[in-house]
Amino acid sequence: MLDVINVSYDTQIPNNVGLSSDKKVLKALEKWHPGYIDWWNKLIPQNFQESLVYLRTAVSVDPKGWAKFDYVKMPEYRWGVLLAPQVEDRRIPCGEHAGEPAWQEVPGEYRNMLKRLIVIQGDTEPASVEQQRLLALMAPSLYDMRNLFQVNVEEGRHLWAMVYLLHKYFGRDGREEADDLLRRQSGSEEAPRMLGAFNEETPDWLSFFMFTYFTDRDGKMQLESLAQSGFDPLSRTCRFMLTEEAHHMFVGETGVGRTIQRTCEVMKENGIEDPCDTDRIRALGVIDLPLIQKKLNLHYTLSLDLFGQEVSTNAANAFNAGIKGRYQEIRLTDDHKLTGDTYTVWDIVDGKVVQKEVPALTAINMRLRDDYTRDAAGGVGRWNKIIEKAGIDFELKLPHEAFHRKIGVFADKLIDPEGRFITGAEYDEGMKEWLPSHADGDYIQSLMKPVYEPGKYASWIAPPKVGIDNKPGDFEYVKLHMA
Amino acid sequence: MTEKMIDFQTDPSRYRHWRVEYDGPVATLYMDVDEDGGLFEGYQLKLNSYDLGVDIELSDIIQRMRFEHPEVKVVVMRSGKDNVFCAGANIRMLGGAAHSHKVNFCKFTNETRNTYEAAEADSGQKYIAAIKGSCAGGGYELALACNYIMLTDDSTSSVALPEVPLLAVLPGTGGLTRVTDKRQMRRDRADVFCAMEEGIRGKRAKEWKLVDEVVPNSRFDETVAERAREFAAASPRPDDATGIALTPLKREIGADAVTYSTVEVELDRKGRKATITVKGPEGDAPGDMEAFVAQGAEAWMLRAARELDDAILHLRLNEMELGLWVIRTEGDPAQVVAHEALLLANRDHWLANEVLQLWKRMLKRVDVTSRSLVALVEHGSCFAGALAELLFAVDRSYMMEDEFEGDNRPMATVTLSESNFGQYPMGNGLSRIATRFIGDEASVEAARATIGEVLEAEAADELGLVTYILDDIDWEDEIRIFMEERASFSPDALTGMEANLRFAGPETMETRIFGRLTAWQNWIFNRPNAVGPDGALQRYGSGVRGDYNLERV
Repeated sequence: MLDVINVSYDTQIPNNVGLSSDKKVLKALEKWHPGYIDWWNKLIPQNFQESLVYLRTAVSVDPKGWAKFDYVKMPEYRWGVLLAPQVEDRRIPCGEHAGEPAWQEVPGEYRNMLKRLIVIQGDTEPASVEQQRLLALMAPSLYDMRNLFQVNVEEGRHLWAMVYLLHKYFGRDGREEADDLLRRQSGSEEAPRMLGAFNEETPDWLSFFMFTYFTDRDGKMQLESLAQSGFDPLSRTCRFMLTEEAHHMFVGETGVGRTIQRTCEVMKENGIEDPCDTDRIRALGVIDLPLIQKKLNLHYTLSLDLFGQEVSTNAANAFNAGIKGRYQEIRLTDDHKLTGDTYTVWDIVDGKVVQKEVPALTAINMRLRDDYTRDAAGGVGRWNKIIEKAGIDFELKLPHEAFHRKIGVFADKLIDPEGRFITGAEYDEGMKEWLPSHADGDYIQSLMKPVYEPGKYASWIAPPKVGIDNKPGDFEYVKLHMA
Repeated sequence: MTEKMIDFQTDPSRYRHWRVEYDGPVATLYMDVDEDGGLFEGYQLKLNSYDLGVDIELSDIIQRMRFEHPEVKVVVMRSGKDNVFCAGANIRMLGGAAHSHKVNFCKFTNETRNTYEAAEADSGQKYIAAIKGSCAGGGYELALACNYIMLTDDSTSSVALPEVPLLAVLPGTGGLTRVTDKRQMRRDRADVFCAMEEGIRGKRAKEWKLVDEVVPNSRFDETVAERAREFAAASPRPDDATGIALTPLKREIGADAVTYSTVEVELDRKGRKATITVKGPEGDAPGDMEAFVAQGAEAWMLRAARELDDAILHLRLNEMELGLWVIRTEGDPAQVVAHEALLLANRDHWLANEVLQLWKRMLKRVDVTSRSLVALVEHGSCFAGALAELLFAVDRSYMMEDEFEGDNRPMATVTLSESNFGQYPMGNGLSRIATRFIGDEASVEAARATIGEVLEAEAADELGLVTYILDDIDWEDEIRIFMEERASFSPDALTGMEANLRFAGPETMETRIFGRLTAWQNWIFNRPNAVGPDGALQRYGSGVRGDYNLERV
């Protein structure tokens, strides 16, 4: 176990911020750290805490240092504080201060806005670990279990990263906010997480894959826009976090891909041509493609809601202040101020879904969401390749962004996945085809039997093409402690 | 945006923004603003933000709570939406509104806050704010006017007054005043609180006196219910009273007149004046309170107060260029005294109390109305008791002296009742007569000694109850000259002058709200830093910050 009383912050907490000589932050972290360890220990079932997991640990930010693989017990994972290297003479990339030197200290006028953004980002990191806490009990393989834990400890490290910023730059308020990040709990009645999507349990592995593909991708886009921040420490933190976030996308994309792969294989082996012949397909213990489409519809639309309102004051303020940029801001070729520009967003006019021009500043959220949709479409294309290769006539699609929304102009409107207004009756009838039913959930749950033998995989999922760290197929990714 | 007539009359069947659940002595008032239900075009009422329309409903609810639901002892105000209690006044509405609308909006919302705040002291009806979600600006001001504030401790819900940092205006619906005067927050902490955008949550909100109680989230509903029951048990209100229906007012709005059953308003647009005539009771006073209850909303004392109240609001918002209100009465002064006397003799009856309290509130509206007010005490008038109070609310009064040729109406008189000496205090806590004779106790006592006497012009003049007494020869000319002169002055200067002269004597929280807070807010509402094309209010939502003139004035 990590000795919480005598933590050596230079050896046990990998960092490139001179932690051991920063008295203010050290004092704050020493007070916060026991609460964090306590949070972690209460989170995941005890036998997994004691298990040895083959994890990647970032010990420095140079390409050699950020992927050290070894067996480690999760509570002893070395959660580091690592910032991407400082870029010399970096400038504020956007907004009214564009072109001025990037801030190395918090600008007083934007202190609250910055703090709020960091707290919201920080709140999502531990939330997803909480949502996924019981998944290891039904892991389809040790390989997948290891990936889950890797995602979990990295979310934990991302929490550390945000807490470091709060401790370092936001004084007493920052310390209180850091404590509250541990106080809130996903799904808690007492103090729920800030964003609705992070208060839902992740009930099964297909949900987990969909979550890491779609919802973590929202996190990635948020990190991308914070990586463009004029507040340099935030930018550097997020740039490094993005390298880890990429792995989470990988887990999601390959997880869904392997599920599809397995379904197609089993269909072929049994001579099933019709992807909608669900009874026969399910009898064979794999997940039918229409159900995967339903899960996709659900997770994609929930994730779209995380981008907020189509027209947003907060996003406009943050961009104009230069504390949050657009996706790949520095590669864009406009004036980075957007004062007179417009952007096309969806709206409802006279009962029809239409596009309209609004001031580009207030459409920052939408622009990021459009970038997100393009980014998310890539993996869907690769999934379709798997289906096509198997010779099955089925195509997965991202639904229209007006479908099944809870936030924004389309919230709670009767719109189908093609973006058309329909009647209540059509909607009720269609929902059976568009979103997973409770019966679908029961079916997926029935498949969630743990497989803990090295090299073996559950019936519904194909093995990966390549092992983690190029390990062989029967590698024991988790040495389970089964007391 | 004031082209459309604003109607202050509504009823529960027409509410779009609030709903009330009645459960014996406890009523729960849910704020659930319909985004698309704004009074004007051009803004959406997101996040439980409000405009005048939302406040008109609230005002109607609290009025009905008093008259139609005497059994209610505790009102719990809470949000019908997740994650937000109330985001305050709608910024886009404020940004788009004319200065005059903003000022009238603030005045009305302040009057509404004062009304439910006083409900506990006036009638034992206590308001609890049960806050879940963010509660900012006007939202927190709604809570501040409640008698008890409860906040959930979910590590997200907070209270805030972010107007200064966010919008370059003030928390002008009593916010700045109540944190110090009512909540007795230390001024340095108040300075911190009012200069922060994100507000304060959890235990610190209690420590800093911003709320009375912080409750664990999982026990919030049950604790609110428990507190409501406790307060209800401690209320002096009767258990068994049955309310009376506040039936729709009989009102006809014509091109040049608004006609009610007891009030007639003539609109003289050319002369820029409105003549408000209150007609005294048509018949004898009810014999006892049972008879009064049976008359309900038809009883003259209640009807006249409701109608006058509506006329005042109608003229304030819909007839802004009529800068002079001429107040007249017609009827038998003895009847007015008799109708009022029944209520005064039965002050401990819940309905008598409510009607007297309504007169108090309505007369306070007169005090803070930014119009020149003149009363004409003519032959055949009935300035007695409650109606005599109007004489002391106006800026000047003129009384007919002796007989007028060809006028056979009864001689002009003034009759004081005990009510003129404290039943209807002004915002400064004093009676209008005490304010009129501030520092001159002898004059107050001389007037008090005449209670019940019918005073003709000379006596009224002697006692200082009217400004001028004029006979047949002078009357018409003097009045005409006064009116023409008044119409020629700057409306702004008149508003400022009158508002200052009306409130002699001590400051109270109420006078500080209508005087100091409102005056500063109205100044800021005229300054480019808030309302100019580059001001914070105009730019709000665009992402671009206000561009301030940095000179301190």
